[in-house]
Amino acid sequence: MNKTSQPVIHVSGVRKTYGATIAVDEVSFDVHDGEIFGLIGPNGAGKTTTMECIEGLRKPDRGNISVLGLDPVRDVYKLQNRIGVQLQQAQLQKRIKVWEAVDLWASLYEKKSVDGEQLLAQLGLADKRDAWFMNLSGGQKQRLFIALALINDPEVVFLDELTTGLDPQARRAIWELVRGIRERGKTVFLTTHLMEEAERLCDRVAIIEHGRIIDADTPARLVDRHCPERTVVLATDDAHAEERFRAIPRVESVGRSEARFTIRGRGDDLVTDVIHCLSENRIRVTEFRTVLPNLEDVFLKLTGHEFRD
Amino acid sequence: MLRGLWKLTWIEIKIFLREPLGAFGTIAVPVLVFLIGGRMAGRRMTPSSLDASNFIRVGLPVLATVLITISSVMSLITIISIYREGGILRRLRATPLRPQTILTAHVIVKLLLTVATLALMVLAGKRFYPVGVHVHLFSFTVALVIATWSTLSLGFLIASIVPTARFAQPIGVILLYPMLAISGLFFPVAALPPLLHALARILPLTYAVSLLQGIWVGEPWSAHLGDLTALVVLFVAYTAISARIFRWE
Repeated sequence: MNKTSQPVIHVSGVRKTYGATIAVDEVSFDVHDGEIFGLIGPNGAGKTTTMECIEGLRKPDRGNISVLGLDPVRDVYKLQNRIGVQLQQAQLQKRIKVWEAVDLWASLYEKKSVDGEQLLAQLGLADKRDAWFMNLSGGQKQRLFIALALINDPEVVFLDELTTGLDPQARRAIWELVRGIRERGKTVFLTTHLMEEAERLCDRVAIIEHGRIIDADTPARLVDRHCPERTVVLATDDAHAEERFRAIPRVESVGRSEARFTIRGRGDDLVTDVIHCLSENRIRVTEFRTVLPNLEDVFLKLTGHEFRD
Repeated sequence: MLRGLWKLTWIEIKIFLREPLGAFGTIAVPVLVFLIGGRMAGRRMTPSSLDASNFIRVGLPVLATVLITISSVMSLITIISIYREGGILRRLRATPLRPQTILTAHVIVKLLLTVATLALMVLAGKRFYPVGVHVHLFSFTVALVIATWSTLSLGFLIASIVPTARFAQPIGVILLYPMLAISGLFFPVAALPPLLHALARILPLTYAVSLLQGIWVGEPWSAHLGDLTALVVLFVAYTAISARIFRWE
């Protein structure tokens, strides 16, 4: 395990064009040892291109990439022995059996691979080992791809749009598996266009749009930086409620529709202030909830448009 | 470089056999052409006539074996385009597997398929063919493998230009059967118009037919060094072009 301060993945000034189209431009970021790093953005933003440049599957036109100290283009075979890869929308042979795929993959790597049967069991595929790939459900296929990405006990795992097309239940199960990968001490680099996924799963994220990184940090810090607004929604029939709320220093606006109030302000303390105000003035409420901004709001703020699914 | 080759080859063989219809079609067509053609010709012509004897003893068997080659190449084109479209090639490439290893595995599978089909044809022929043919079987098998191996490189070239898997079969048919028509099997290559003649000379099937016919009638290998050289040269040329234009996704 690489425990030095060196980043596991270092990307600087990468540009990749397809003909006249600039897929990614001036992309730079670092991924550190043992974290789940997410590259997030809408479809076509350049996530997959960036990832495939890092994996050595594409050659960038410009810029530097280093993964585990290796050059992904020059040292591609050395690198592939040390990383695990799941590709977006990849398939296997329709009639390959689950165990055959695992067995084939295990034979491809220089170092001794992990136990394939045990891996299948951990991923809940033990009873599917003799099934054909074409007969697996979407979630099972993705779990098999995770198995193949882990078979060589890689130091870095790349997951591209891992949960696209899965139902919410299968998606949550996959998230658990990815957290499990991190717990084994591996670094995970993933792309997703699902903001909820990024928020729940990633230690740090980089937001990419039109081939450029807009900002990168932990989800919480991104939210704090770009969307410090907090909102409290509550319902009360107290006649003086509105003026009390307006008197709270941190409050910037109070909206009202019949008995329901929407109180907006900045900073985490807003919620405490509102609760304090309620108890001090003995205001009885029948409803109380806070609306916290999330990565989706950050995206909206940074790009000026809604996040397209 | 060989890492994974045998395992991949073995898996691809099993996968091929798991699709009974595809496997049956690829193997059965040449064998059926051979048997049914033989029966019909055998009934219509008096076997003693010179034409009939030439057709039944040489023409039809060589046609059927060239069809084995075409079947194998067609099967290669189809599988490669399906694998490309499904992202299977992309997935295999993102492993330490060398690209050459992936393609070599498919070539080996097709060559084994070729030999298996020939074996089946020989067995069926012994039982159902109207006349007994006596050929040096080992030499003939080697000749067919060389011919198919060379033609498979053209298959990779065709697979490179097939836009989607849906077009693989029709494009294969449109390109391969005319090649068979000008291969010298039906009329001498020298009798072709100049343009077709020139075309025939850069197609492996032309040399494949000449080699197979020669070995079939018992000519020595030394009489066909030209054909062998041409097959090797064309293999190298087509492989070089394929390596440049082959699309993995």
